[in-house]
Amino acid sequence: MGIWQSIKMALRSIQSNKLRSALTMLGMIIGVSSVIVLVSIAQGSAQNVTSRINQLGTNLLTINTFGTDLALTEDKINELSKLNGVKAISPVVSGRVNVKKDKTASQVSVTGTNAAYSDVRDTKVKQGRFITDLDIEYRQKIAVIGSETASTLFGAENPVGQYIQIEGTSFKVVGVLASKGSSMGQGGDNTIIVPLSTGQRLVKSTTINQVYLQGKSEDQMDVVMNEVKLALAGMYPNKSDSYSVTNQKDLMDTMSSVTNTMTMMLGGIAGISLLVGGIGIMNIMLVSVSERTKEIGIRKAIGAKRRDVLLQFLIEAVVLSGVGGLIGILAGVGLGKMLSSLFSLTVSFTSSVMIGSFLFSLVVGVIFGVFPANKASKLNPIQALRYE
Amino acid sequence: MGQPIIQITNLMKTYKLGGETVHALNNVSIKIEKGEFLAIIGPSGSGKSTLMNMVGCLDRPQSGKYLLDGKDIGKMNDNQLAVIRNQKIGFIFQNFNLLTKLTALENVELPLLYAGVPAKERKARAMESLSKVGLKERAGHLPTQLSGGQQQRVAIARALAGNPSILLADEPTGALDSKTSKEILSLMKELNELGHTIILITHDLAIAKQAGRMVSIQDGQLLENGGELIGNMAIY
Repeated sequence: MGIWQSIKMALRSIQSNKLRSALTMLGMIIGVSSVIVLVSIAQGSAQNVTSRINQLGTNLLTINTFGTDLALTEDKINELSKLNGVKAISPVVSGRVNVKKDKTASQVSVTGTNAAYSDVRDTKVKQGRFITDLDIEYRQKIAVIGSETASTLFGAENPVGQYIQIEGTSFKVVGVLASKGSSMGQGGDNTIIVPLSTGQRLVKSTTINQVYLQGKSEDQMDVVMNEVKLALAGMYPNKSDSYSVTNQKDLMDTMSSVTNTMTMMLGGIAGISLLVGGIGIMNIMLVSVSERTKEIGIRKAIGAKRRDVLLQFLIEAVVLSGVGGLIGILAGVGLGKMLSSLFSLTVSFTSSVMIGSFLFSLVVGVIFGVFPANKASKLNPIQALRYE
Repeated sequence: MGQPIIQITNLMKTYKLGGETVHALNNVSIKIEKGEFLAIIGPSGSGKSTLMNMVGCLDRPQSGKYLLDGKDIGKMNDNQLAVIRNQKIGFIFQNFNLLTKLTALENVELPLLYAGVPAKERKARAMESLSKVGLKERAGHLPTQLSGGQQQRVAIARALAGNPSILLADEPTGALDSKTSKEILSLMKELNELGHTIILITHDLAIAKQAGRMVSIQDGQLLENGGELIGNMAIY
């Protein structure tokens, strides 16, 4: 008997027991859709995190200094910028300051830096301009403000060209930053960027807290990091406790391993529900076999081989799980879309997850269908015929 | 006639029943020629069902030889037996044993399905079979929509569909009233006249007498030419 005939027969018997088939499929539907929803959410959040990290700047190395005994002067920074593989360098002094505009006062973080900061930290201006190296040289009292600071101080007005009071000194606003959103305690839109020299006066300290370095290419970052470490060790012997160099790639790797683990875990949990669905199918198939003992006896008496009976029941199980899987994919995608619009979650559907969970549901159908089907095929026709 | 279609020699079958060995079939030998209408008569527990299972290739003999169309059934495996049942034997059961979820036509198609006959030919042959038993217009009905006599006729059509060497009927009228029984019996006679070999198993002498030849079975032993012996038996 052909496969096609067997499939037709299986569909028929599923059709003739609609409620039971639907309930059996429900297990698979829930299993497959939960795999898809959970994995999509996990992958969506992984994507989210990756793009947030990239927003902090690409190919980024950070030198953090602790205490004041490390005098990172302009010369040393120039030296670092001449290293192979370093594209741009941006020293930073930072602190918190009080800002006032008319009667609105606010406390924001201030960053004193150079023109390269815009590229190194991937910080774009929305309006006006960024600070230039000339501003630093002439200690210009100008400021580029974050989008949130802009809306706090100026509301809907255009801040460019207007003046604000930082720690009592008047600064001219020359630009507004594009919004980046805040993530992992970094950045944020509530900030003010001023020229490095002006910044040092504002925070009353010449100590450079951080230096950002941008590498030329992603795959050289480990080499560049070693170069920088080596150069720093040469400049400041025996002071390696006073600074640290971190690679953004490390952060990315850590984050992606975290999100991978999360994806695996969620997928695994959902996979368990697939297994439970499979056991449900086995249960129903076993009931079906004993309910249809007489039918099996009749089929065998008129010439069904073991293989025919086995295939009939196996295909029934696989059709149940396969159709359940297909509905599960639809339900999963629908549910995922709904969740993402309701809770503004980032979900990312990948076809590999859908195909994978569908194939897994088929495999589950085969595995849990074999036992009942084998039982059916082994029935003795004489006893099966006598069964009432 | 040449070779008999069924040749059974010294067939034995024993069961263990509560520690006691029961000879369901004890040294049974019989020859059945092509085109015969044979009735096997015996009371319940006589071994008639065991003999039917044996002749119908549902079971294998423990010892002795069973040749069907010259093939040794005792040496076949389950799959070969299934093929033999499919091609050589048409079963007609007491309880009709139709699949209740399939229509009459689909029930008749079933043996052809397992024989691997392509869909179009299968349908045509099943229809032809149904028209032989006079149920052509009931092809699309489910068994539950048919009367007992009609159901048995569908079962006979199913048995005929594969064009088997023998029709094996086990109490075919046991579940029918006397009027329908007569109809079924005359249908079987007609089929016999058309050349089909029929083996009828029954406990009813009146029905057995309709057959061309009658054997009786008692305590697992087959008594050839049942006609003479039955006269001496009190139960009949």
